[in-house]
Amino acid sequence: MTEKTEFEQLRLDGVGRRFGGQDALQDLDLTIRAGEFIALLGPSGCGKSTALNCLAGLLPLTAGSIWQDSKRIDTLPPERRGFGMVFQNYALFPHMTVRSNIAFGLQMRRLPKADVTRRTEEAIRLVQLEEHAGKLPGQLSGGQQQRVAIARAVVLEPSLVLMDEPLSNLDAKLRLEMRTEIRRLHQSLGLTTVYVTHDQEEALSMADRLVVLRKGRVQQIGTPEELHTKPTNWHVADFMGFRNLLTVKVQEAGGRQVVVEGPGIRLAATAMAQVSSGERVVAGVRPEDLVVQPAAAANGGGNVIRAMVEVVEYQGRELAVEARTPEGHRLHLRTPERVTAGEAISVSVAPERLLVFPLGDEAPPAGVPVLGDGASSSVGAPVLSRAGGEAP
Amino acid sequence: MTAVNAPTAGGTHAADRRRRIAASPAAWTVWGAVVLFMIFLVGIVGSVLVNSFGTRWFGTWLPQGVTAGWYSQAWTDFALLQVIITTLEVAAAVVVLSVLVGVPASYVLARRNFPGKKVVYLAFLLPIMMPPITYGIPLATVLYKFNLAGNLSGVILANLVPCVPFVILTMTPFIEQIDPAIERAARMSGARTLSIFTRILAPLLVPGILASSILVLVRTVGMFELTFLTAGPDSTTLVVALFNSMNAAGIRAQQSVDAMAVIYMSVMMVLLVVALRFVNPTQLVAQVKEEPEP
Amino acid sequence: MSTEAATQHPGLSVRHRLAERGVDSQLLLLLPAVVFVIGLFVYPFLYGLGLSFQPAKGGGAFADYQRFFSDSFQRDTIWKTLRLSVPAALFNVLASVPIAYRMRGKFRGKRLITTLLVIPITLGTVLTAEGLLNFLGPAGWFNRTLMSIGLVDHPVRLINNYWGVFFSLVITGFPFAFLLILSYISGIDPSLERAAATLGADWRARFQRITLPLLAPGLATTFCLTFVLAFSVFPSAILVGDPTGATRVISIAAYQAAYEQYDYPFASAIAMVMGAVELLVIAVVLLWRSRFYVGSTGGKG
Repeated sequence: MTEKTEFEQLRLDGVGRRFGGQDALQDLDLTIRAGEFIALLGPSGCGKSTALNCLAGLLPLTAGSIWQDSKRIDTLPPERRGFGMVFQNYALFPHMTVRSNIAFGLQMRRLPKADVTRRTEEAIRLVQLEEHAGKLPGQLSGGQQQRVAIARAVVLEPSLVLMDEPLSNLDAKLRLEMRTEIRRLHQSLGLTTVYVTHDQEEALSMADRLVVLRKGRVQQIGTPEELHTKPTNWHVADFMGFRNLLTVKVQEAGGRQVVVEGPGIRLAATAMAQVSSGERVVAGVRPEDLVVQPAAAANGGGNVIRAMVEVVEYQGRELAVEARTPEGHRLHLRTPERVTAGEAISVSVAPERLLVFPLGDEAPPAGVPVLGDGASSSVGAPVLSRAGGEAP
Repeated sequence: MTAVNAPTAGGTHAADRRRRIAASPAAWTVWGAVVLFMIFLVGIVGSVLVNSFGTRWFGTWLPQGVTAGWYSQAWTDFALLQVIITTLEVAAAVVVLSVLVGVPASYVLARRNFPGKKVVYLAFLLPIMMPPITYGIPLATVLYKFNLAGNLSGVILANLVPCVPFVILTMTPFIEQIDPAIERAARMSGARTLSIFTRILAPLLVPGILASSILVLVRTVGMFELTFLTAGPDSTTLVVALFNSMNAAGIRAQQSVDAMAVIYMSVMMVLLVVALRFVNPTQLVAQVKEEPEP
Repeated sequence: MSTEAATQHPGLSVRHRLAERGVDSQLLLLLPAVVFVIGLFVYPFLYGLGLSFQPAKGGGAFADYQRFFSDSFQRDTIWKTLRLSVPAALFNVLASVPIAYRMRGKFRGKRLITTLLVIPITLGTVLTAEGLLNFLGPAGWFNRTLMSIGLVDHPVRLINNYWGVFFSLVITGFPFAFLLILSYISGIDPSLERAAATLGADWRARFQRITLPLLAPGLATTFCLTFVLAFSVFPSAILVGDPTGATRVISIAAYQAAYEQYDYPFASAIAMVMGAVELLVIAVVLLWRSRFYVGSTGGKG
């Protein structure tokens, strides 16, 4: 490399981007250490792609600055930052062969011809495209195009690789393969990577650290485990697979252990932040943490919700079940028990798995009946033949 | 047509044929109209063609004899070689200039949003929407004031007025359909603006530029009003020369004028054949997006 | 933090603000075209507008406009132009709809037909006029045919009057309208009509309830473009029309003022009136168009 741009750390300082009065990204503070794999995670329109493009230099900032060690780089044009990027729809040059696509960046750096050839061939071998090197991008499958795009980005040995939802256009099987491959490349080349995705599973499985964004603001930054077990608010929880979010009221507050109450339910739970008695809160639990109780133990002890099974989906070893409480709360759960639609079940939840988040001034999560809003009227549970029947 | 659109399994063929016959009055009217139009078209082109080769034609279906003499007469009488050279010079200059001015502008319009974009777009649209005479007369007045009219430069400038917007309006959708991520990818690979234009955009734009050039060429050779208003005696193009000779009827033999018309027609036909290799017929008419050719 | 950075680098905060509005050096690519359109279109137009208020023969600023509207020989050119261009444009659009509707699918020879239709557009009005003079003239093939099959005794007069110009407007305008409408109709997703058919709509209902409403904005646009062509009628009005009588259209009036009387202010005034009338008609049509659904028609177009 002629201009090796290795760095110790890359610092984003209050980075923001407005589009005609609309904040697409606000106050992003993030320090990326060399060799790290960072995932920017969030639903569409959360500002994650904006953040990536700002980092790349493709989008000028409207606030803040970006520092590479002690050098300010947000004023540099993208071609002088020395980063590599993999685009969502690959953005391969349609009029160039695979080989010329990969060689393009090296030629732009005016490397000697021999170096260009050698490094291009190396990169082609790295992504196992030797047979296709002479083809045009249009003649390749999606997965192969993806490999070309990755090779084109990493052949420059960039100090930072940016990936913008690179797997979203692939089918499920290929996505899993490429996920492993990207991780393998990251480890073998030691490339610092920023990876944008809306798929929480992808982010959790690949990244060293995750940045969860919502409406242009950072919600939480942490390791996969921190995010998985300790989301800071119910939005992050929602995104991290807490499919069951109930709007309830705090009954007893006392440190971490709290008791919450809603129409027809009263549960012990764990508070993730300071809450006080009588406060409206959101209680969240993952489907896999709801346990269907055997019929005999139906009344045995606390933390039980009664519900009626509405929809059952077969998913191999487990069933995905949608059930509804008499008060109209809809529950998603996973169970190895063979339950059927119309069956009444009892579901228990361990207090440490039921997390309580303050609601604040926000609107409660969508699709959840709000405390006391005519709970009886929303009991639209279908009356099926086995309604009220005991579990077998 | 309907028969193609309807899902025709093998067994329903007979039923289909019956239905087509049943629907025939409307079909006959439609096809009758098309045939009538084609007869007019053939009649118009044919009578010019036949007359230009005829010796004496009066009160009969066809002329009495065949001659090519009118062509040599028209060629010398109307100084057609000079006229054709002028036409080609004007057309070439207009094509080159309108592409040079129009393509960068359409790039910005396709890729960027900026304050006042709508106003700029409207300014480019108006020259196409206005009758050439309405702006042609003030334009010619201004050009004469600056001594730019009455010669080749005036004709070229006047013809640029509808042609630059035309290039912009055809190239903007063409550039829009090139994925902007391709340019970003080039930038991320370290390419400066110049390399992006020469190595990435230019090869991708060639088909579009070729198409809009040929369309501008056809329009310029056929453009009557603006050339007519700004041309001087040595800067008339073929179509204006044709009009002048027709308007001065009686000075030259009608057959001689027709011979010139056939020469003009042949030039246009050559251009048309070339054009249709690059664009589909609808694009010759306006810049409406059409379904891709099968 | 961001405010701190901004106060430290005043140049950067300007940069930030411009970036937010989408302004940077790339916009310079637009400059040649903008200079061009201002220099060769906007400026001459405004110059002409200014000139039209400075009559060569004196009088108030509006003297030339008064002269135009008080002289029936001049004023009637508006009416004569509209009497030619509106019916011609309407005819071209309305005749195109059923034909384009029939031809909307794919069939053999479609490209041949569309190519043949491009010919008269390519040839232009001057050559069409020459052909019409020969073809529709008293001794032309058309009248000979009518007489030989006994439809008429004497040649019908079809040139050097209103009809000659009307025919020339149809010959060049119809293919134009047809090709545009064909592309609009092809842009409507055929599965919409099939969906309507499964819901029990016969072809008449399908056309009226599905195709026509989706086509209406395209029809309005096509009418505007066809009308502009017809309204600009100039060479054929002179060659196959009656340029001193029935087809003395407004462009002839403007041309004569400029190039025969050398009265540029008056010519500019006529050109401005011509532009205003045209824009008025288009505005009315577009207003009507705005009442329709204008969005995706589901096709590939």
